[in-house]
Amino acid sequence: MRRGMAAALVLGLGVLAGCGSGSGGSGAGGEKVVRIGLIAPLTGDVKTFGESTKNGFELALEQAGHKAGDFSIEYFIQDDRNDPTEALNIATKLITEQKVHALVGSVSSKVTIPVSNVANEHRVVHITGTATNPAVTVDDKGNRKPFVFRACFIDPFQGQVAAKFALETLGARTAAVLYDKGNDYSVGLAENFRRHFEAGGGQVVAWEAYALADTDFSAILSKVADAKPDLLYLPDYYQKVSLIGKQARAKGITATMMGGDGWDSAELDFATMAGGYFTNHYSPEDTRPEVQKFVADYQAKYGTVPDALAALAYDATNILLEGIRRSNTSDPDQIRQAIQNLKGFSAVSGQISFDENGNPVKSAAILQVQADKTTRFIASVNP
Amino acid sequence: MGYLLESIRNGLPLLLEQVLNGLQLGFVYALIALGYTMVYGIIKLINFAHGDIFMVGAFLGVFGFTYWGLPWPAAILVAMAGCAVFGVMIERIAYRPLRAKGAPRIAALITAIGVSLFIEYFSSLKFVFGPNFRVVERPFGDVRWTLGGVGISNIQLLVIAVVLGLLLALQYVVYRTKIGKAMRAVAFDVDAARLMGIDVDKVIAYTFAIGSALAAAAGVLYALAYPQIHPFMGIMPGLKAFTAAVLGGIGNIPGAVLGALIMGQAEVMTAAYISSEFRDAIAFSLLILVLLVRPAGLLGKAGPEKV
Repeated sequence: MRRGMAAALVLGLGVLAGCGSGSGGSGAGGEKVVRIGLIAPLTGDVKTFGESTKNGFELALEQAGHKAGDFSIEYFIQDDRNDPTEALNIATKLITEQKVHALVGSVSSKVTIPVSNVANEHRVVHITGTATNPAVTVDDKGNRKPFVFRACFIDPFQGQVAAKFALETLGARTAAVLYDKGNDYSVGLAENFRRHFEAGGGQVVAWEAYALADTDFSAILSKVADAKPDLLYLPDYYQKVSLIGKQARAKGITATMMGGDGWDSAELDFATMAGGYFTNHYSPEDTRPEVQKFVADYQAKYGTVPDALAALAYDATNILLEGIRRSNTSDPDQIRQAIQNLKGFSAVSGQISFDENGNPVKSAAILQVQADKTTRFIASVNP
Repeated sequence: MGYLLESIRNGLPLLLEQVLNGLQLGFVYALIALGYTMVYGIIKLINFAHGDIFMVGAFLGVFGFTYWGLPWPAAILVAMAGCAVFGVMIERIAYRPLRAKGAPRIAALITAIGVSLFIEYFSSLKFVFGPNFRVVERPFGDVRWTLGGVGISNIQLLVIAVVLGLLLALQYVVYRTKIGKAMRAVAFDVDAARLMGIDVDKVIAYTFAIGSALAAAAGVLYALAYPQIHPFMGIMPGLKAFTAAVLGGIGNIPGAVLGALIMGQAEVMTAAYISSEFRDAIAFSLLILVLLVRPAGLLGKAGPEKV
C-alpha cells in the first residue's frame, strides 16, 4: 500500500516536471520557475551550522540574481533543528506541497541521509553542502542514489587525512578516540581514523563510545588519562567537543586534540581547544581568487568571515544553479545529469568534478584553533 | 601471585579515581533525588517537573556568575532562592487546585508531565533561555592534586563539600525544626496532621521550596562540573535521580542519598570497566533487580501499595 502510494506520488511529480519543461511554465502566466527548498538546522545544538548554511545559500542565489538560464528561482527555507524526523517531515512537505524541483541541505549526516532517501525516491535533485557520511549518496546495498550529490569530501577521506597528519606532522604514536555511537558522522570519522592510524604504525590506546545525551565523561577520561596518549581524536560537533575538551583538561590530559569539520564554529570553546587541529573543507586564508572574492562578498553582506559551512552551502547552491543553467530546464532528471557531467567546476572549496557516487574529488585543509577565536591555515592535503 | 599484586597496585589509583568520579556524579543525583522523595513522601506525587527545576537552577546560577557579576557562592544562593519561589509557584498554580478538588492522583501525575514539558519548551523560546547549548565559563581555574597516583580536582572537592553541607542542613531542618516536625507529621498521616492544627498546604509549600532549592544547587554544581547548559539538560539527570529515589525507597530521605550514590557508582564503573555504551542499560537494570527483590526499594518500608 505504501509503495503504491509512493509510486503514485512519483508518477504525479514526473508528470508535473514534464509539464514544466514541455509547456514552458509551471506557474500562471507562463513564467519559467525552478523551486528550490533549503533544509538546515536554524535552531538547536548545531544552529551556527544552519545559520552559515542559510547565509551561503542566500548569497549564491542573490549573486545569480535569482535566475539560472531562462528560469527564475523561487526558494523556501525550513528549520530541521538537527532532528532526522523533523527533516524527513519537512522534505516530504517541500516535495509534495511546495512541489520543489531541488533540495539543498541539510548539515549533518544523520539528518541528511533520510532527506536523501525521500528526495531520490521522489526524483528530486538533492545536494548537501556538508553531510560527509558515504551513506548520503549510496543506499544500504551500495547502489548510488542518482539524484543525490554533495559539495564536501566524505568521512573516510577526513579520517585518513587526520591520521596521516597526526602520524607524519605531529609525530603522534598513540591516540585515544572518543566518538558518539549514535551519530553516523562521528562513527565514520572515528573508524576511518583508527584504520589509517593503525595502518601507518600508530596505536589506538583508548577507543570509547558515548551517547548524545551524555554530559559526564569523567569515567572514560580517567581511563584516557591513565593511557597517556599523544593525541586525543574527537570527531564530533563543536558543543560536545568543547564539553569533552574542558573535562579532559580538568583531568590533566595534555594530549594534542584533533577533530573534523564539526569543530568549525564561532561557538567552539576556543580557550580550551586552542592548539588543537581539525580537518576542514576550505580556509578563508587560501589565496585563490574564488576564495578571496567569496570571503569579501560574504563579509560585505553579513559582516563575518565565512566558515566552511557557509562556503560549502554556497558551493552546493552554485553547483545546482550551474546544473540548471547547463540543462536549461526544470526537469530534475536532466538537471542531475548536467551536475554529474560537470568537469573542474571552479568552486570556493576547490575544482569540483563528481565521481560515480556523486562525491566531489578535491583537497582538504588542516586548520589549527587559536586562543584569539580564529583558526590558522596549516596545510592542504590532496586525496 | 606477585604479578596479581603488581597489577592490583597499578590499577588501584585508577579505581580510586573512578570511585571519586562516581561520588561526584552520585552526590549531584542525590540533591535532585531528595526533591523527588520529599514531595512523594508528603503528597504521594511524583513531580516530573523536578528535573526542569534543576535546569532552571543551572541557568540562574550560570547567569548569576557570568552576566550578573555575582561571586559564585552568591550565584548558588540566588539560584536556590529563585527556584524555591519557582517550585512554590508551580505547586500553587498546577498542583494545589487539583488537590483542593480532590482529583485522582493520576491527574496530578499527568499535570506534572505537562508542567515539565511546558517548562522545557517555554524556556527554549528565544526571549527566555533560547534553544541553544551554552558553554559555561567556570568562575575559577582548574586545580588538580595528585595524592599517591589518585587525581582529584577542585570541582570534585567543591561538589562533595557543598552537597555534604546541604545534606547536613536538610537533616537539621527535618529533625530539629518545627516545620520539619510538621513535614514528618504530614508524611505520616495527612488527616491526623490536619486535625492537630497543622496547616497542610503551608507544609507542602515548604516541601516544594526546599526540594526545589536543593535541585537548583544541584543544577549549578552540575553546570560547573560538566560545563554546558541547555533547556533539555534536566531530562536525563532528572530521570536518573528519580530512579535513584525509587532504588533507595521513594519517600525515604537517607534512601534517596543511598540510591543516588549507587546510581553514580554503577554508571561510572560501567563506563570505566565494561563500556560506556552500557552505562545507562546497567544502571537501570540494577533498579529492576533491586525492585524484584525489595519492591519498596532498599530502605523503603514494605507495605500494601495504595496506588
